[in-house]
Amino acid sequence: MFKSKDLLGLYGVSAEEIDEILSLGLKLKERLKRNEKSFDALSGKSVVTLFYENSTRTRCSFELAAKFLGGKVINIAAATSSVQKGETLVDTGKTLDAMKNDVIVIRHPMGGAPKLLGETVKAHVINAGDGMNEHPTQALLDMLTLREHLGGLRGLKVAILGDIRHSRVAKSNLFGLTAMGAEVRMYAPKTLIPAGLERMGAKICSSREEAVSGADAVMGLRIQLERQRGGNFPSLGEYAKYFGVNEEIMKYAKKGALVLHPGPVNRGVELTCGLIDGDTSRIEDQVLSGVAVRMALLLLLTQGRVKL
Amino acid sequence: MIFKNAELLLEGGFRRADFRTENGKIVEIKEKIEGEGKDLRGLAVLPGLVDIHVHLREPGFEKKEDIASGCRAAVKGGFTQICCMPNTKPVTDNKVTVTYIKARAREVNLCKVHPVGAITEGQKGETLAAIGGMKAAGAVALSEDGKTVKDTKLMANAMLYASDFGLKCLCHCEDEYLADGASVNEGYSSTLTGLKGSLRAAEDIIIARELCLAESLNLPVHICHVSTYSGVQLIREAKARGVKVTAETCPHYFTLTDEAICSFNTYTKVNPPLREERDRLAVIEGLKDGTLDCIVTDHAPHHKDDKNVEYPLAAFGISGLETSFALSYTALVKSGEMTAEELVKKMSANPAAILNLEGGALKEGAPADFIAVDLNEEWTIEPEAFVSKGKNSPFGGKKVFGKIKCTAVDGEIKYEEK
Repeated sequence: MFKSKDLLGLYGVSAEEIDEILSLGLKLKERLKRNEKSFDALSGKSVVTLFYENSTRTRCSFELAAKFLGGKVINIAAATSSVQKGETLVDTGKTLDAMKNDVIVIRHPMGGAPKLLGETVKAHVINAGDGMNEHPTQALLDMLTLREHLGGLRGLKVAILGDIRHSRVAKSNLFGLTAMGAEVRMYAPKTLIPAGLERMGAKICSSREEAVSGADAVMGLRIQLERQRGGNFPSLGEYAKYFGVNEEIMKYAKKGALVLHPGPVNRGVELTCGLIDGDTSRIEDQVLSGVAVRMALLLLLTQGRVKL
Repeated sequence: MIFKNAELLLEGGFRRADFRTENGKIVEIKEKIEGEGKDLRGLAVLPGLVDIHVHLREPGFEKKEDIASGCRAAVKGGFTQICCMPNTKPVTDNKVTVTYIKARAREVNLCKVHPVGAITEGQKGETLAAIGGMKAAGAVALSEDGKTVKDTKLMANAMLYASDFGLKCLCHCEDEYLADGASVNEGYSSTLTGLKGSLRAAEDIIIARELCLAESLNLPVHICHVSTYSGVQLIREAKARGVKVTAETCPHYFTLTDEAICSFNTYTKVNPPLREERDRLAVIEGLKDGTLDCIVTDHAPHHKDDKNVEYPLAAFGISGLETSFALSYTALVKSGEMTAEELVKKMSANPAAILNLEGGALKEGAPADFIAVDLNEEWTIEPEAFVSKGKNSPFGGKKVFGKIKCTAVDGEIKYEEK
């Protein structure tokens, strides 16, 4: 039974709850693979996507997830809304609530914004990424992909390399994967490693080789060019050379280790093109996992228990 | 007027006595004074508290606070003298605004209000403010509070020029490049929340700079709201080699850590940010060994609208006048870190001495600025019941000891608990 009103992050979410989402997500993914995408479980419900940051895949993924389930969807891009007229998040939330929306999916450049919204509205709030805080559905889709291809999560070694400091994906994966019994290693230039990650359960490595050594999966994280004010590294070229993941580095991983990336990829920076397009890449498959896991989440949040 | 049966805090400790005031002064302190009087049995009578770091918001930000509401909060909190910071609108960088604040405070007629003038015009960090004119109008110190004067040469000049007028600079220490718009301390909590963090070094670097200037120029300097263990140590070392430095901290730096921010409660957003346990303990140690001379509130009242927003957008600051004494008494005296006498010094005599203000002691001939406190009364902090317009306190629901029952300024009772 899924009890929370909102999904704000994976910090503190139990293994049982994650397992419930992933199990349902896997079933839904099987259906989607068979091109079954017409359900009515969400008919009569409305879902708003409220995006204060640009997004193609996440917003589209949520919209399709809701539509496949038969729900109504409204998309609000903050740039074109009353936010431009200076409306506060709290007031926007109250307005959307007054219109009887059932679910609000929010992406926001500031950590904690979904929590503030969740405290304001009666609707269920799903965090689609808040600043440098969390991006729980991305981590859930990553976990779903890993579980599908590797059979389970317990005992897996997952290496995460890239812009850890600015990444909400890294943190959500850290919380989710460690809750499920996986080991999470991280590596990046020190300018991109924030304090305290070890206390949260991460293993901070001192080289790419160490991070990738024996790994079941290697995840590249996008270098967020828009957040690199103040010289975190000299150039993308230097980043790719000293911190990127390439075929040589992948030799340290377990044979056949999966390559993941939340996208959008800076080709040849976080990962080489060969790895992105290679046999072990699951980057495209992650996208379908995303739709499935978001369907699962919409169902669980609005209905608690779900039978398919 | 005669006050009877009080536990007076005199030089040398508490003593049961009566006292008489006349023309705003304490004229007699004796074991027994004959005649009708106000009975203060069971209450400790302390020198009126002095807070040299308060934001009254008027002129310009009356939605957050005004001189009347701020002064009501002050006397309710046991403060008989407060110094108000110049980040008003217009900035208090001229004698007209200083004169206005003093005049308005006289009309309000609750506690003594001493304006602090800006160091630079408009707090822009470009040219010196009208320091001489402000002094003549009654400014007691200079500060760029909320900011650091980035240009070190200008800061040196400010200290030199201010010294011609007997004024000290009260320094808000923050390297803006390093702080880079952060909301919280850089550490476990900032990573957990994804909120942008500021290193201790952002504060320490400027503390060190101001200490270097004070040492090089052989002038006094005062460091505002010290929050880091390393900042405490810098000041301790400077004092040891004779630098003329005084320093303050606030109750939130010795009662809270940045764990409090993990709830995204914007009432925990304050500048400098709440730090870690190591810092909290060092601040207490600094208070105990005299490195930190005084406790101030940095009373920073805000309207609900300024706080009911995303954490990075929320205004910095805590409404502190009505909780400072009880928080400090509970955290420092009840816990056995220091005596009541030592605490009261940090909240009256010491801050008064830093800015050459009268008061801070109960003795014959001194201004009759005093408070009567029930030190044993336990109460629960309810920010909604504050008389300050700013209800922004992270201490709602906290149980504390020490209730102000009565506050007198120049012998007149300005606050009495109902």
